[in-house]
Amino acid sequence: MSNVFIALQANEDSRPIVDAILADNPGAVLNEQPAMVKIDVPGRMTIRRSSVEARIGREFDLQEMQVNLISLSGHVDETDEEFTLSCER
Amino acid sequence: MTIASIRPYGGTPKDTEDKFHGNRILYVGWDRHLMFYAPICFCIPPSMAFADFVAGPLAQAFGDHPQWAQIDWTKANWLRSNQPFSPDGAKSLHDNGLGHKEVLRLQTPDLQGIGGCAI
Amino acid sequence: MDMNAKKKLGLKEKYALMTRNLGWETTYEPMDKVFPQMDYEGIRIHDWDKWEDPFRLTMDAYWKYQAEKEKKLYAIIDAYAQNNGHLNVTDARYINALKIFLSAVPSLEYNAHRGFARLGREMRGVGPQVACQMQAIDEIRHAQTQIHSLSNYNKFYNGFHDWKHMNDRVWYLSVPKSFFEDACTCGPFEFIIAIGFSFEYVLTNLVFMPFISGAAYNGDLGAMTFGFSAQSDEARHMTLGLEVIKFMLEQDPANLPIIQRWIDKWTWRGVRLLTIVAMLMDYMLPKRVMSWKEAWEVYFEENGMALFNDLARYGIKVPDCAALIKKEKDHISHQAWNAFYTAGMITNFHTWLPSEDEMNWLSSKYPDSFDKYYRPRFEYYRQREKEGKRFYNKTLPMLCQVCQIPMLFTEGDDPTLISYRQIEHKGDKYHFCSDHCQHIFEHEPEKYVEAWLPAHQIYQGNCFAEGADPTAPGFDPLKSVLDYWHLDFGRDNLDFEGSEDQKNFAAWRQQATTN
Ligand SMILES: [Fe+2]
Ligand SMILES: [Fe+2]
Repeated sequence: MSNVFIALQANEDSRPIVDAILADNPGAVLNEQPAMVKIDVPGRMTIRRSSVEARIGREFDLQEMQVNLISLSGHVDETDEEFTLSCER
Repeated sequence: MTIASIRPYGGTPKDTEDKFHGNRILYVGWDRHLMFYAPICFCIPPSMAFADFVAGPLAQAFGDHPQWAQIDWTKANWLRSNQPFSPDGAKSLHDNGLGHKEVLRLQTPDLQGIGGCAI
Repeated sequence: MDMNAKKKLGLKEKYALMTRNLGWETTYEPMDKVFPQMDYEGIRIHDWDKWEDPFRLTMDAYWKYQAEKEKKLYAIIDAYAQNNGHLNVTDARYINALKIFLSAVPSLEYNAHRGFARLGREMRGVGPQVACQMQAIDEIRHAQTQIHSLSNYNKFYNGFHDWKHMNDRVWYLSVPKSFFEDACTCGPFEFIIAIGFSFEYVLTNLVFMPFISGAAYNGDLGAMTFGFSAQSDEARHMTLGLEVIKFMLEQDPANLPIIQRWIDKWTWRGVRLLTIVAMLMDYMLPKRVMSWKEAWEVYFEENGMALFNDLARYGIKVPDCAALIKKEKDHISHQAWNAFYTAGMITNFHTWLPSEDEMNWLSSKYPDSFDKYYRPRFEYYRQREKEGKRFYNKTLPMLCQVCQIPMLFTEGDDPTLISYRQIEHKGDKYHFCSDHCQHIFEHEPEKYVEAWLPAHQIYQGNCFAEGADPTAPGFDPLKSVLDYWHLDFGRDNLDFEGSEDQKNFAAWRQQATTN
């Protein structure tokens, strides 16, 4: 199974998102590069609103991620609760 | 195949011979001498003798290479459009059959670039 | 009205309201006349409602987040400029990478804007219309932010002064320019495969991730900021590219061969274009994050191949050019630098030889090619420099009719021999760097016979300074061409060693770090 990935700017806004991804997606691999972080996960990656909110202690709209997103791969499915990347639609 | 277009589209070639003021484009590469990163594009009167072309514009272009002066012209080979070609130095480029946008490759089997490294 | 009712709408419903219910079947004019460009490429679409929107960004959210990105970006750029951040880059050589970037990329972004604006009008489905319109706005933002960020360097360094003029004229810049103009003159479906899929999805990661991360690594906050800010939109663009290809393939099996040809063509066109990025990464970043080859392996061979595997169920095959690309990855960055270093008299940036340390790095990253083919070349050039004979190639190169890159690429199996391909078409000869460029020509000769090839244009007399008289005694054609390009001989071009940029940077840095 191939990987999907997401890359975010390495900053304070991204940190709780990265933590949430690592906690919610077994097999996630964190790759830190200058000014950015890339996370690879085999097959499928889910970012949960609730997990991010639990870390930042306020309401979070998953679309806030747009501001610090650098790149991604795979098919996107976006709802209010989850942002999912998967190899197959 | 034809082009996908909203109206019939012919395409007008930009580089036909008539646009070069009586000259022709001639490309020359010197195999395994990659100090010259690409074959050179010359714009030359077709009436110029082949030997004059070599001694003039070609020498000017390649002469900075230390192996240029060492070429033994009795052993050098030419390719025209990737096929063996034996030019007659006294004849003009035209009479040697060199048309517009022809490509020549000079091969010097004894000289494979500096240190034999294709430089 | 209950204001909370709005809140209860989920993302999907909100987006559906915008993208489906805003569209209607026209009655005064037949739909085919309202969308006249949907048929001529042979693509068949039966049901636009089957379009699935990858990102569900409504207009209010779009403006909100884009505004936030802009605020962040300009705050950083202002601080960077205010602080003379340019003196914090690792080495003034790096700044030359930005000169290439400025003269090549904002014009591409602007053309992307034009292309997507057209698609926003021509696409018959509302989902793709909205996505293309947003992308059109994004792209013009990219052009603007790049120009704004880099204008700061123009205050201090040579070569930044006339990027748009140069983009339209300077020999090597015809490569990016013609690439995008080729795309913009395609039909709407080919354009979106070319740019949305092949370029954005398969290739832009290679530009923005390792290169911009590299800019950050070299202390260039300005480039890092506009780069990542642009790339944050790119994520949306890439998913549009992917959605569009699946949508087209699912709509009608007859679309497959057309799409396959476009993927083959545009993957190759894009890879050729990225040669210059390969060179930027391996030769122009004083501190290096990863080699071009490593980036290629991660972003193309791993991610790109995963994508093609995924598309295999529709019958899509990995483009034929992949085999040649695999062989070329050990060579293209070195071959490109060899070209620009030796052509350094006609460049709008400075060139130099890699230091011993840098060569060792290149050896370690390219164990199969660097020491064997390229180190000896650079060592020979170094020796010439020591003898005061720095080599400049004063000739004009033969160009590929399709990619317009000088014929500097070598045979896949012999890196010491230039790859020559040629055909005859309607009594004229045409030359190519590769089988793949030749095939692109053969499919649409009408288009590529019109290529504006700088070397030929110069010889036709179309590229001399305004008012110049080529018949006047003592006319210097090279000087006149440089004038036509607005390139200032001795300041903008030649070796970095001894340049005004080098001296100024050293002096200013000295001032900045001492009392
Ligand atoms: Fe863009
Ligand atoms: Fe080509």
